[in-house]
Amino acid sequence: MEVRKAMIGFELEVKDLDFFYGGSVHALKKIKLPVHKHDITALIGPSGCGKTTLLRCFNRMHDLYPGNRYEGEIIFEGTNILKKEIDLIDLRSRIGMVFQKPTPFPMSIFDNIAYGLRLKGIKKRSELSELVELALRHAALWEEVKDKLNASAYALSGGQQQRLVIARALAVEPEVLLFDEPSSSLDPISTSKIEELVVELKKEVTIIIVTHNMQQAARVSDWTGFLMLGELIEFDRTDKIFTNPSQQLTEDYITGRFG
Amino acid sequence: MTKEKIRKIESFVALSLSALAAFAGLFWLIFILGDVLIEGISALNPNLFLKDPVPPGVEGGGLRNAFVGQLLITIGATVIGVPLGVLGGTFLAEYARGRKISQFISILSDIMVSVPSIVVGTFIYAVLVKPFGHFNGWAGAIALAIIMVPVVLRTTEDMLKLVPWTLREAAFALGAPYYKVIVQVVYRGAATGIITGILLSIARVAGETAPLLFTSFNNSFFSFNMNEPIASLTVTIFQYAMGPYDSWHAQAWAAALIITVFILLLTLTGRAIIRWRYGKQ
Amino acid sequence: MLFRKNPIDLIFSAITAIASFSVLIFVAGILLVLVLESRVSFEHFGVWRFITSADWDPVRESFGAATNIFGTAVTTFLALIFAIPVALGIAVFVTEIAPDWMKGPVSIAIELLAAIPSIIYGMWGLFTLAPIMSDYIEPALQGTLGKVPILGLLFEGTPMGIDILTASLILSIMIIPFTASISRDAFNLTPALVKESAYAVGATKWEVVKNVIIPYSRIGVFGGIVLSLGRALGETMAVAFVLGNNHQITKSLFDAAATITVTLANEFTEADTDVYLSSLFYLALILFVMSFIILAIAKFFLIRAEKRYSR
Repeated sequence: MEVRKAMIGFELEVKDLDFFYGGSVHALKKIKLPVHKHDITALIGPSGCGKTTLLRCFNRMHDLYPGNRYEGEIIFEGTNILKKEIDLIDLRSRIGMVFQKPTPFPMSIFDNIAYGLRLKGIKKRSELSELVELALRHAALWEEVKDKLNASAYALSGGQQQRLVIARALAVEPEVLLFDEPSSSLDPISTSKIEELVVELKKEVTIIIVTHNMQQAARVSDWTGFLMLGELIEFDRTDKIFTNPSQQLTEDYITGRFG
Repeated sequence: MTKEKIRKIESFVALSLSALAAFAGLFWLIFILGDVLIEGISALNPNLFLKDPVPPGVEGGGLRNAFVGQLLITIGATVIGVPLGVLGGTFLAEYARGRKISQFISILSDIMVSVPSIVVGTFIYAVLVKPFGHFNGWAGAIALAIIMVPVVLRTTEDMLKLVPWTLREAAFALGAPYYKVIVQVVYRGAATGIITGILLSIARVAGETAPLLFTSFNNSFFSFNMNEPIASLTVTIFQYAMGPYDSWHAQAWAAALIITVFILLLTLTGRAIIRWRYGKQ
Repeated sequence: MLFRKNPIDLIFSAITAIASFSVLIFVAGILLVLVLESRVSFEHFGVWRFITSADWDPVRESFGAATNIFGTAVTTFLALIFAIPVALGIAVFVTEIAPDWMKGPVSIAIELLAAIPSIIYGMWGLFTLAPIMSDYIEPALQGTLGKVPILGLLFEGTPMGIDILTASLILSIMIIPFTASISRDAFNLTPALVKESAYAVGATKWEVVKNVIIPYSRIGVFGGIVLSLGRALGETMAVAFVLGNNHQITKSLFDAAATITVTLANEFTEADTDVYLSSLFYLALILFVMSFIILAIAKFFLIRAEKRYSR
């Protein structure tokens, strides 16, 4: 099993990544990190350690703001996606993102899911309906909303809205899905639903999840990376990190001595 | 008397005075509106809307031309002022957000909102009346548009900024270019607020007189021609009220009633929409 | 910032930028045009002489701004004196005294008052207030305060109702809702916690208003007052009906006078010579500069107030 995975190669590979906010704030230092295909990789660490910063490198969100600078490489399907020539619109349809707070658009449930599809040029109503239903089923939301697809997305509860957003990201069939603390604004029941969903999804999508909740990382992920002050302190299989970490800092964080 | 007693009395007196002030404010409102209502209603008759002005002393005149002219001028001003204001506000809240130019134009707009409207009239006279040799309706419409733009621009900017930033990021994350994010997501989120801002700006210019005094001037004849002087309700009210004839005074009251009702309805609608959509202010 | 690659974004951002620059163009345009149009008058009368000259003679072609500036200043000043206490009282009432069910309707009433066009105030002033002033209030004032030495000088002359006093009164009624609204917003920004701690040490309601709320919000309230001043300066229609347009500097409140706005409204279309018209533009320029500066000062204070209160 391990050999076969090694042969397929990594979904994403971060090689010597440095990142600077506004050109001068050195936020990520020489990060080296593999992301295994169809596995869940968790990024944990104390506030300000750079885990969200790292996550947002994968879909080049930092490009939205002037002055940010990447050094090093992130290899995705044979190419370094940090190069200037990369088509960001295409990249973002293959590496999707779910944010901390649910962000439904001010439109109907149907239009929300269809938004990314329409951006890609799919116009036919029948085709859209099919893909929308598929995405909603994948996000375990179809049964709850199938009768009110034209209702406003704001009519849903917080947990449902977050699953809507996940469905919206899934609709364009990305290879990778990035989660930035997806359940930090949800109640415990909605949180466990999201976690179940994420575990289900990994069969078809590679997942990277940033979380400040260590127990969530331990429950859900296959691989875990621990960051502190912009450096990757340790990266290994989740069960190893949480039972027998090799770095002292990792152990201190896991056992709650700080952070 | 204990110190405490004195303080309590002082508090009672001071607060009673402010309650008095509040009721004084309400009193004027009721007094003024009541007057407009009473005088205006007694002068209301169908002729007002169906007939044009007749020489004083002759019976049966109306203000049809003034209603039409007022409508044309207001629509003209809206067509020019609203797009400039909405697009301008979009620039400040989106493409130029946080930059110095955005703050500068925003502050300038705030100042222009309260600038004397008669000065705008003199400006337009020099630019759009003198060169053409005669007053014209377009000059009036443009003068009103100049007053509208800062109002619409600032409300659009504020409403767009109320839309949370993560909503835009979510659209970007799906691969949308910025203009699509603005038009398809942000505008939709801010639509109610922007529309209300537009309604309130229309209410503001619909009652303006000073900028029209030497731009669109006035016209006692019925006309749709915006290239010539055109009648307006507000200027007519000014002329008639200052004139010596009772019939003129009556018509002025009637016109005043209609304008006031229109503006108050627009204002109430606008405020109601804001309260419903954005909660208690 | 975010639109380097997409041509449509480039176009859209250019369009929106140009739209926003329209404001700059208006301001610069108004200033430029007014200066150009005042040239003739400026060449005749200069700056200092124009501002201090009380002449206004279309026949002899001698013009000066002093009477107009006087009228503008006096009516605005009086209007503020009448309006500020009432407006503050309303703001205190709405925020601290009124029971919850009353706050909404009274606030709406204030907003409606603010929305009434100024010409309605003017008309009402002419037909309703002026007669009341000339028949009852002004004679009463003359009979009482008019007998007091020195103060009585303010109340000389025949009370006709069309005078500085009536005009200032109308102007003040116009400013009240505006000032009250801004003050109310400023008062509401006082954190509940600060007020509660004052009550907790036994302060009376009035003391909380006087010692906590007003000091806390004074920058915002002051900004609002300056803003109202700026608005009052530029008011035309409310004053035009009841001021009389008499170019004179006078000490009695019962005399007619002239403000820049009223003079412009009444004489602009009558000006038959170049010097006359140019002098009117000169007046407009003075008014524009004055109100612009005052509004800028108001904005300065309001920005300071906002900065102070944001978390």
